[in-house]
Amino acid sequence: MTYIKPKFRHPDLQKNKLGYTIDYYEGSLSTLCAGCGHDSISGAIIRACFEANIEPHKVAKMSGIGCSSKTPAYFLSNSHGFNSVHGRMPSVATGANMANRDLIYFGVSGDGDTASIGMGQFVHVIRRNLNMVYLVMNNGCYGLTKGQDSATADCGSKNKTGNINLFEGIDLVSLGLELGAGFVAQSFSGDKGQLVPLIKAAMAHLGFALINVVSPCVTFNNNVGSTKSYDYIREHIEATSTFDFVPEMTEIKTDYSEGEIKQIAMHDGSLIQLNKLTKDWDPTNRSSAMNAMLNAKENNEFLTGLIYIDPESVETHELIQTSKTPLNQLSQSTLCPGNMALAEINADLR
Amino acid sequence: MKPTDIKDPEYFHKVVDCQYACPAHTPVPEYIRLIAQERYTEAYMVNWDSNVFPGILGRTCDRPCEPACRRGRVDEEPVAICRLKRVAADNRNKDDVKSLMPKGPFNPNGKKVALIGAGPAALTVARDLAPIGYEIHLYDEQKLGGGFMRSQIPSFRLPEEVLNDEVNYILDLGIHTQFNHYVSSLKEVLDKGYDAVFIGSGAPKGRDLNVAGREEGKANIHIGINWLSSVAFEHIDKIGKKVIVLGGGNTAMDCCRTARRLGGEEVKVCVRSPFSEMKASPWEKEDAIHEDIPILDNHVPVEFVIKDGKLAGMMFDKVHAAYDDKGKRKLVSTGEPPIFIEADDVLIAIGQENSFPWIERDLGLEFDEWGMPKVDETTFASTHPKVFFGGDAAFGPKNVITAVAHGHQGAVSIDLACQGKNLMDRLDPMVNLHSMKMGIHEWAYDSPVTIDDRFIVPLADKKKALSDRKLEVELGFDKLTGFKEAQRCLNCDVQTVFSEDKCIECDACVDICPTMCITFTENEESEEVLRQKLTVPANELTQDLYVSAELKTKRVMVKDENVCLHCGLCAERCPTSAWDMQKFLYNVTKTHTGCTA
Repeated sequence: MTYIKPKFRHPDLQKNKLGYTIDYYEGSLSTLCAGCGHDSISGAIIRACFEANIEPHKVAKMSGIGCSSKTPAYFLSNSHGFNSVHGRMPSVATGANMANRDLIYFGVSGDGDTASIGMGQFVHVIRRNLNMVYLVMNNGCYGLTKGQDSATADCGSKNKTGNINLFEGIDLVSLGLELGAGFVAQSFSGDKGQLVPLIKAAMAHLGFALINVVSPCVTFNNNVGSTKSYDYIREHIEATSTFDFVPEMTEIKTDYSEGEIKQIAMHDGSLIQLNKLTKDWDPTNRSSAMNAMLNAKENNEFLTGLIYIDPESVETHELIQTSKTPLNQLSQSTLCPGNMALAEINADLR
Repeated sequence: MKPTDIKDPEYFHKVVDCQYACPAHTPVPEYIRLIAQERYTEAYMVNWDSNVFPGILGRTCDRPCEPACRRGRVDEEPVAICRLKRVAADNRNKDDVKSLMPKGPFNPNGKKVALIGAGPAALTVARDLAPIGYEIHLYDEQKLGGGFMRSQIPSFRLPEEVLNDEVNYILDLGIHTQFNHYVSSLKEVLDKGYDAVFIGSGAPKGRDLNVAGREEGKANIHIGINWLSSVAFEHIDKIGKKVIVLGGGNTAMDCCRTARRLGGEEVKVCVRSPFSEMKASPWEKEDAIHEDIPILDNHVPVEFVIKDGKLAGMMFDKVHAAYDDKGKRKLVSTGEPPIFIEADDVLIAIGQENSFPWIERDLGLEFDEWGMPKVDETTFASTHPKVFFGGDAAFGPKNVITAVAHGHQGAVSIDLACQGKNLMDRLDPMVNLHSMKMGIHEWAYDSPVTIDDRFIVPLADKKKALSDRKLEVELGFDKLTGFKEAQRCLNCDVQTVFSEDKCIECDACVDICPTMCITFTENEESEEVLRQKLTVPANELTQDLYVSAELKTKRVMVKDENVCLHCGLCAERCPTSAWDMQKFLYNVTKTHTGCTA
């Protein structure tokens, strides 16, 4: 009997700026199927947090229900977490964010949790531009209930039992763009080289950051004819650009040829550096991003990378002008200033 | 890089660091697993087949396996391989062992072989050749077999019964022993019509120290190895209260500890080199220090001091080590006045040399400029077609396990020579590779990696041990501790075998690997570049990279073997069984497989 992760690590592991090695960001051992794309995404989150020098206690992992929503147990053991009700992660995340705006809210959801039962919550959290990362582990099927087509399964995709999906799939990226998300990206679990910097940039983005990651379900949706299998994605993948996330205070290496390169400054001083591969696409222009998605769909391509970013996006706290100090740090006397204060407010309203 | 050829037995052999480092290539993880399963007799036989003297080596081996042990690269200390071997020997069922060994009488093949010296090399030859019908004549000047294992290794490290047991296993194969017989002429031996002669006469000459006072003090100045031998054969049973032992090797350690047991109260080891550069094994130095023997390093002997016609002590010059650009060491005097150390007796253990006064130089057997016979490193053949060398006699003083390895190869050569075959016509090793998968989460080996520190071998009470030369100091692991120590073994012989045609590049293995050994990346022409491209750069150049053929995405799988824990999680997490854990057994081909286990 095995299945105990040994305690030993590579003796030459590098430390990040905080002095942690990457294993400090690990979680417990995954109980998902062997080969699940979700585990790769967990691996990418671990690496992104390690490389971005994130203090684990400054992260809150939020999730709903499903294979995807189990994964917060498999990364960042030293972080906060809340495994909520099916499809209700956005409201729990909103509540948590309102109480303590100082944490990084890392929401993990699946295609069922987001596009079916949680669709109502999903669209509203985008509208509110809650400051969080919302990562969808999208495998186009309900893996936890034996692989029925989910709402994101593409029309015409064949499932493991040989049935063709008759219905249009929901494209979460286009939906995010439509609803005004300030950071929209798409990636593939099998491409950590792209996914890791995307996650880092998403965490640095102020406001709602959506990353839709196609993550093949090895057990139920990795068959020939499926449009979310390892093979299909690899054959149809097209990246919008190369993607580098340059943290604050880092000297920028420009080894790209002039003209194709684009740099986007983030609110915290970090930079996104892109080398564009897609024609007529401007990542800071929403309609151009929407066009790129439409074109890709027409050409049967799976477009990945950063799709759209609005560096000026204004998140919920700014919109509703909450206190700069997190609510959970305010003392009782500040929160309940007493009868005198109430009387003053009432007097103002007369 | 080109894809790794895992069909080459040497590739996986090298992954089993302990076995690869062992001169006799004993399948270490194989017998350690048997110990964990309380199958001591089988564990013993795996050893006996390969290294012939498990009980002896389990106490006295130089353990080249332990510094090589993979565990030492991820944990503080390697597995106590040597002491586990002793667990197998201590707990074996002696009747069962006997029944698993080859039993005579064997069908004679009509060939006769003479073995000169009854040490580990010659005894190994005897064991390998007797069961296939050779008539073996074994000559030794002592009254009992064992060679240096008997004369040099003190009984408190190697009890006589253990030695006798294992020497007798071989003598019982119908060996014609000629003990108390000093061979004074090789020509005489050859003239007796032997089909082959194997010389395993060791390096019997202890180096002397000819400085002032040596002659006058000779009654109290002894050559270490001769003195140990006299103690072993009970010609000497006491020594003065104050003793100086010169030298920093294992013989010096044996001398000083023996002296403590023969009446030496103030025994000091004086060594020229710095402590850290002494030749003695670290554990032997520890054992000496534990018995209250100070080791005075950087002491170069200048002269023996004689008072009233008797040895009174020695003068030493204090030095320090200086190194030139090439790292070559020079001992430079500190300029301090010489130091006088009192002594009733001095034991000189500053090295030993080969000596072949009994080999006539006109037999067609060539010697080199240092008086060593010309011996082939693979076949152990000399320039005389019938004469073979092995053990210390072949290439100078080494250790028991090296002598055994020589013996196996010498036996193969003798067998080939006697059949009129080419000596280079040697058989490939016997290898076997088979899957350990039994089901989901089930492997036919204990894959979890324990975090226990190395267990310490308990010692006998010091006072008792010092008062009895024959009382064994180390008590060995009990069965439970033996089990726990055995569980520290990482099972490096259970190999990670990768089939690129099954891989779907899902990264599951990359994500799970606790030591980040696996990387999928674009291949590189140069190994150096590829090594630096891995998730954790592979800077341990002695450890190989396992590179797959090109995968669908034009990348390759590269695994750095260095700190792989053989935990099997890559195979566990692989959805397509592209990774499999397969047990690799590598056995050096000998003339006779030795046992029927």
